[in-house]
Amino acid sequence: MIPLKYYLILSAAFFSIGIIGVLTRRNAIIIFMCIELMLNAVNLTLVSFSSFFGDSSGQIFVFFVMAVAAAEAAVGLAIIIALFRNKLTINVDEVNIFKW
Amino acid sequence: MTTYDLIFYLFALIILVSAFIVVAARNIIYSAFSLLFTFFGVAGIYVLLNADFIAVVQVIIYVGGILVLIIFGVMLTNKITEVEIKTESFQVLPSIIISGIIGGTLVAIFTKTNWKVAEPQILDKTVTEIGRFLVSHYMILFELAGIILLVALIGSVMIARKEKLETEEVEK
Amino acid sequence: MIEQYIPLILAILIALLFSLFLLKASSWFGPQRPNPEKLSTYESGMEPVRTARERFSVKFYIVAIMFIIFDIEVVFLYPWAVNLKNLIDLMGFFIIAEMFIFIIILLAGYLYLLKKGALKWD
Repeated sequence: MIPLKYYLILSAAFFSIGIIGVLTRRNAIIIFMCIELMLNAVNLTLVSFSSFFGDSSGQIFVFFVMAVAAAEAAVGLAIIIALFRNKLTINVDEVNIFKW
Repeated sequence: MTTYDLIFYLFALIILVSAFIVVAARNIIYSAFSLLFTFFGVAGIYVLLNADFIAVVQVIIYVGGILVLIIFGVMLTNKITEVEIKTESFQVLPSIIISGIIGGTLVAIFTKTNWKVAEPQILDKTVTEIGRFLVSHYMILFELAGIILLVALIGSVMIARKEKLETEEVEK
Repeated sequence: MIEQYIPLILAILIALLFSLFLLKASSWFGPQRPNPEKLSTYESGMEPVRTARERFSVKFYIVAIMFIIFDIEVVFLYPWAVNLKNLIDLMGFFIIAEMFIFIIILLAGYLYLLKKGALKWD
């Protein structure tokens, strides 16, 4: 039987990989994918706690996180498409009209 | 080292390697397809944790829905002349330091804390449990999730669809 | 516990191996005598005029959004539907009204988009 710690360490490592992606990549869609990775890492933590404490509330939280993630994916990618239509780029460092 | 352990390490390896490919691949299509393996790996871990319903939902929503949306996003935003969709990275060293700090803190918290673990209980029929909690205890959250989905539906369609309106106005 | 999943794992393995086999089989077994005419995009058809890797219309993306939102609606319906009987015993017909509110909220969004003409395909 794998102890709880191993699952938690796995999700921590997974989360840090997501952070590296968000900070280093310039393409907005890859930043998006890395946010999905981080959400998955959090879900992993919730499910492992839920399973090890024998309480199914954690799984319901995962349920809601997934619904919000899907809503976020729909709106976020729509914004990225609108951005591409107006600026013809989705590199986040070239989208700087708010910067002066 | 039982079979159970072996399966855990296999899935952990799949998750970490494919997550790394998502972050490091030069071609955005490679990132998108490696995200597929990450999602399947996470679903495998859910099965190991006796959360079978959540594992199926993970496959349906993430692989069947979000990944399709992401690939649509890739297809809709590449430049027409550009066949190879390359992307670069920047600020590599500082971000590795930052994520090392955050990940190290998380690992320290997770390992130092004395979690009060009961004997790992097998929740049989997780679907029934989830259904009962979802419509009784988390009722308000459930309806709010419906409203979030409504807002996302209308908002994203309206944002993505603007192109058509503009061309219509130009034609008029 | 994990033994229940052996058929699933076998199905995934067989699907993977079989599709890989089919992908490679034609190049292993078929005779290959290529010539320039055979290798053109449409043999004895018209010449391709431009690249096929074009950006496609955003209308497909709108359909994908619709799909994912109603996908989630179905996933939310599922745990409610499988033990509806127990829930009615537990809480009465309030349960059904609750789910109908949820469905009507999403249906309102769908009808709004339909009225706005977001699904018109011209």
